[in-house]
Amino acid sequence: MGSLSSLPGADKRDIVVLEGVTKRFPGIVANDSIDLSIRPGEVHVLLGENGAGKSTLIGMLSGLLQPDEGRILVDGKLTQITSPRHALALGIGTVFQHMMLVPALTVAENLLLGGPWWQRPRTEELEARVAEITRSLGITVKLHAKVSELSLGEQQQVEILRAMVRNSRLLILDESTSMLTPKGIDELGTLMRRLVEQGLAIVFITHKLKEAAAFGDRISVLKLGRKVGEIPSERFRALGEQEIISEIVELMFGKQKDDPEAVECPIRTICVEAAPLLQVADLAVAPTDNTPGLSSISFDIRPGEILGIAGIDGNGQKQLAEALAGQRVATGGSVRLEGTAIEMLSVGERRQRGLRYLTDDRLGEGTVGTFPVSINFFLKQVGAAPFWRNGFEQRAEIDKRAAQLVREYDVRTPSLKTPVGRLSGGNIQKVLLARELAEGAKVVIFNKPTYGLDLANTLASRQRIRDTAARGLAILLISTDLEELLSMCDRIAVIANGALVGTVENVDDARTKVGRLMIGLAA
Amino acid sequence: MSIDTPTVNATALDPTSAAAARRDILHKLLMTLGPILAALVIAGCILLAVGVDPLAYYGYVLEKGLFSPLGIQQTLTRMAPLLFLAAGLIVAFRAGTWNLGGDGQFLLGAVTAAASAPVFVQLMPAWLALIGSFLIAAVVAMIWSLVPALLRAYQGVNEIITTLMMTFLGTSLANVLVKLVFRDPGTTVPQTRTLPVEDRLPRLFDTTITSGLLLGLAAIIIVHLVMTRTAFGLKLRIVGANPRAAIHAGLGVPGLTIAVFAISAGLAGLAGAVDIIGVQGNVRADWNPAYGLAVIPAVFLARMNGFAAIGFVFLLSVLSIGGESAARRLGVPNHFTLVLVSIVLIVLALAEYVDHRYNQSRKA
Repeated sequence: MGSLSSLPGADKRDIVVLEGVTKRFPGIVANDSIDLSIRPGEVHVLLGENGAGKSTLIGMLSGLLQPDEGRILVDGKLTQITSPRHALALGIGTVFQHMMLVPALTVAENLLLGGPWWQRPRTEELEARVAEITRSLGITVKLHAKVSELSLGEQQQVEILRAMVRNSRLLILDESTSMLTPKGIDELGTLMRRLVEQGLAIVFITHKLKEAAAFGDRISVLKLGRKVGEIPSERFRALGEQEIISEIVELMFGKQKDDPEAVECPIRTICVEAAPLLQVADLAVAPTDNTPGLSSISFDIRPGEILGIAGIDGNGQKQLAEALAGQRVATGGSVRLEGTAIEMLSVGERRQRGLRYLTDDRLGEGTVGTFPVSINFFLKQVGAAPFWRNGFEQRAEIDKRAAQLVREYDVRTPSLKTPVGRLSGGNIQKVLLARELAEGAKVVIFNKPTYGLDLANTLASRQRIRDTAARGLAILLISTDLEELLSMCDRIAVIANGALVGTVENVDDARTKVGRLMIGLAA
Repeated sequence: MSIDTPTVNATALDPTSAAAARRDILHKLLMTLGPILAALVIAGCILLAVGVDPLAYYGYVLEKGLFSPLGIQQTLTRMAPLLFLAAGLIVAFRAGTWNLGGDGQFLLGAVTAAASAPVFVQLMPAWLALIGSFLIAAVVAMIWSLVPALLRAYQGVNEIITTLMMTFLGTSLANVLVKLVFRDPGTTVPQTRTLPVEDRLPRLFDTTITSGLLLGLAAIIIVHLVMTRTAFGLKLRIVGANPRAAIHAGLGVPGLTIAVFAISAGLAGLAGAVDIIGVQGNVRADWNPAYGLAVIPAVFLARMNGFAAIGFVFLLSVLSIGGESAARRLGVPNHFTLVLVSIVLIVLALAEYVDHRYNQSRKA
């Protein structure tokens, strides 16, 4: 701390300061010039949805990732955190989302892991140290119990304890409440309070607003890789819980000034009398171990209409899209396309009839990365004429049509032979758009169509979707970006825990209504 | 090992791509032949270390395997079953399925062909009898692959483990069949009844080369064309390259997986049949040439390309026929051929790694 803090704005008390930190992954800007200051004695909440860039930020703080731009100051000194070991040496301890303990070993053995290999483990020393820490924190830890016998909450305490034993000054808790019971969450809150009272700094990552308001001293809100706002601790203390929550909602879902993405909602006239193109009634999907199920999903979409599905990520959006496309088995309900039941049809038959699904996982399932661009245009039509005749590939036909699509959809690719995985995210998305929207589409499901795209490609994709609706197609637009939904949709339905909790006409006060539905309040 | 798609050509969008393509081919050639030469040098050093003159060894290998009239005929005859096995592996590997149970499937095909052919030739015209035996061999091998196929398709059980386990069972079962069920009562040695030479696959012209070679060449070329030019082959390659994309595109992944196993195992069964009906005439108990595992490196070196695989299978044949002779004359164990092949593979992998790193650093 004795060194000169040469930077304006960096408080002397800050343990860690991030300045303009940017991290890019192929096709995605995960963190876009983020500033953050972390102080002892404070719980700094990082709030944001999945994909907002929280985990990337944590990765850089804990030495797993290196920033592409910007700098990290530790104790006011410019520092490169080169490895997790280095981070620990700097006093930065991380408790990851998924438990990082060895289940077959005892708590004591887990705590001793990572010591020098040539030394005998110093068990007595550890016991004394643990006793000291646990006494001051008011927790009890069974040192000789096997980790596999502990509850998730207890395991988390062990992980926190491990960070403390290693003299951490900054403790990062990554989505620590996601696997805890309500009681466990309260206990964690109390524990965090005691830790900061002892002078520790805590970075607490969550996407739950209530926890942020209840446990935090300072809140930074991340949205699509950018930091969109901060509630400093002075202000935090002055506000009540409800006020804080509404302020956060404003930050997360509110309209920002000078937002280039903001477009006036176009006024489209939809023929109300027209028969719905897509009718979904009581659609249900069974939950699996790690995905939520769906229950009684019902909606209609008319020709030319864009129905938005809003909601925090992971509430069943992907399951809904997959069940409609036929990729996931529905346990009940009906799906009608132009009045014909299609819920028993296969993926291919549904596509044949005009139902198209544009996946959000472009490289994972949308394309075969090692295959050329030209073949990826026709992945869902393998064997169909005129591109295949009697089962034989008609290369000239494929190339002719692919070249046409490349021009029409402005795909920037060195050649048709280029493996699609080498293209940027935006261009891969154009390949998918071309594939799904080309001839015969009637109903199109877009799942997070602009996720991870840069601004130009985002705007281009949105325009493409609007044009598609204008051609009289029915559009289901699933997105976690409320701004996007507000700028495009006719109606917005909100999904939570696999059920639609409400549908809102996209008129004046839709923003507030949808925002309230998303955090579990009635519109 | 990446599964590339060398045959999917598109109209060139930029004029320099013809030169680029030529450079690409040259680069591929260098990346394949360079490691082979390096491997020969390393293997030579090993020979030197055990006190054998490497030049003499390689000389004998080439003389016996390639340049002597009798040797080259043996080499080409040996290629027949190897080509069928390679064809089966190309289908499996391109579809991302690691069928390592080739030996069990091969032996069961061999035994059923050996058991059925002498019976069939007495009942029907020779050509029909041979076709019948081929079919039975293929079907039996396919059935043998059904357990790994179903486990893979519906339970996601790793086929490397299951096919390897099935190959142990398969070789033992083949043995049991020879000793207990199909044993020729006319001899004291445990073996199946011998197919008379005149009923075997005809030899080519005035040589000792089996016409099974032509069948093998046809099989591997057909497989190559199916995998690269047809919708069915593309579906299999999609399943291999990205199974989730296959599901997303609406392909019936379990059905295709079972088809891959059936084709791959069927071709391995045909390999056994072509070796018996064309060359051996019978199966002796405890006979296991282990061609199935020996062919795997050749298919990898060829990057699952059918035409390249023909070349590498030829090389493997030369090495194994020539190696047998050199082994007798110089006292080097027969298995040194395998040592040589594995050195080639390791050097190739290293070369690929270095090449990749070089490309990365040049881009950065």
